[in-house]
Amino acid sequence: MGRGSLVARILGGAAGLLLATGLYLGLVVVPPDAVQGDVQRIMYVHVPSIVTAYIAFFVVFCTSILYLWKRDLRLDAVAVSSAEIGVVFTGITLATGMIWGKPTWGVWWTWDARLTLTAILFTIYVGYLMLRAFAEEPLAAARYGAVLAILGFLDIPLNHLAVYWWRTLHQPSSILRPGGPSVASAMLLPLAMNFAGLILLFAYFLVERVRLERIRHRTAEVRLTRGRRG
Amino acid sequence: MKKRKLKYLLAGGIVVAALAGMIYSGVQESMVYFYTPSELVQKKDAVQGKSLRVGGMVVERSIRWDPQTLLLTFQLTDGQGTVFVRHKGTAPDLFKEGAGAVVEGTWTSEGFFRSSNIMAKHSEEYKPPAHPETLESKKELFKSILKEGKP
Repeated sequence: MGRGSLVARILGGAAGLLLATGLYLGLVVVPPDAVQGDVQRIMYVHVPSIVTAYIAFFVVFCTSILYLWKRDLRLDAVAVSSAEIGVVFTGITLATGMIWGKPTWGVWWTWDARLTLTAILFTIYVGYLMLRAFAEEPLAAARYGAVLAILGFLDIPLNHLAVYWWRTLHQPSSILRPGGPSVASAMLLPLAMNFAGLILLFAYFLVERVRLERIRHRTAEVRLTRGRRG
Repeated sequence: MKKRKLKYLLAGGIVVAALAGMIYSGVQESMVYFYTPSELVQKKDAVQGKSLRVGGMVVERSIRWDPQTLLLTFQLTDGQGTVFVRHKGTAPDLFKEGAGAVVEGTWTSEGFFRSSNIMAKHSEEYKPPAHPETLESKKELFKSILKEGKP
C-alpha cells in the first residue's frame, strides 16, 4: 500500500489546518448566541456538515449521469466513493441536529418536513450502498445504483425548499436565504473556515476512497484473468 | 452465497419498508406539521380528541405557572385566533412570551388545548448578546448565588 498521492496529502493537511482554526474560533473565540447561548456553537459543525453532504451527493448525481452515458467504471468508482462520504456527513448532521434540538426546541426529534426529508436522504443513500452490495454483477450494481442516485438527488432541492413550502419546527436557512445571511459577521468567519475545511476533507476522503476503489477493480481484474474464484 | 443474498434481501426490504413508512406517515403528516391557532378555532369540533400540533406566538403576559401542581397555562396566537393551552410539566428553556412555540396534544371539549409536549421555535438569526458575559460578570453572578444560598 502506498501512502497516497501528494495531492491527497495536501488536501488532508489543509483540511486539518482549516478545521482546527475554524473550530477553535467557533467554540472558544467568538461570542455565544444572544438567545441560545453556547449551545448555538453546534452550528459550526451542523451546517457545514449538511452542505458537504449535499456536495457529495451532487458529485454522485453528476457522475451517475455521466456513467449511464459513457459506461466508464472509473466514473462509477467516484460515485460510490462520494456516496459513502455523503452518508457519513448526513449522519453527522442528524446527530448534531438532535444534540442541538434537545436543549433548544425541547425534543431530540420531530417529524417536520425538514427533519423527515433529511432522514429520507440518509435512508436513500444507505439504500444505494446496500443495493450495490446486493447486486452480484459489478455492471448491474453500477447501473441500478446510478438510477437510484439520480432519483434520490431530488430530495435535496426539496429539502432546501421544505422550510419555505411547509410549516416546520426547523427554522429557515441562515446562509442561503433571500436577503443574505442572517448570521452576525463575527460568527461568519469560523463558519466559513469550517465550510472550507469540511469541503477539503471531503475532497481528501474522495481521492483516497477512489484510489481504494481502483485497487479493488484491479484486484478483481487480476482474479478474472487468472481464472480464480473470489 | 445463498445466505448472503438472503441477508441483503432482508436488509434491503427493511430499508424499503422504513422508507415507505417514513414517506407515508412522515411527509403526509409534515405537510400540515402544525395548525395555526385561527385554523384550530375554525375547525375545533372536527378535530376534537384527535392528536395534533398547534404552532404560534406565545401571547405576552399570558404564561401562568404553578410550581406546586406543575400546571403551566398560556395562550398561543397567530394574530387572528387565540388558543388557550394547558400543560402539565415544564417547558424548554427557549419557551417564553413573545416567542414561537409548537405544542402537541388534543383539543378538549372544555374549550382549551391539552398539551402533552411543548417545543420552542427559534429564528434563523444568530448574533452575539448585547452585553457579553465577561469573567468579571460571571464572578459577580457566582458570588450573588452564594449569598442568596445562605440561610
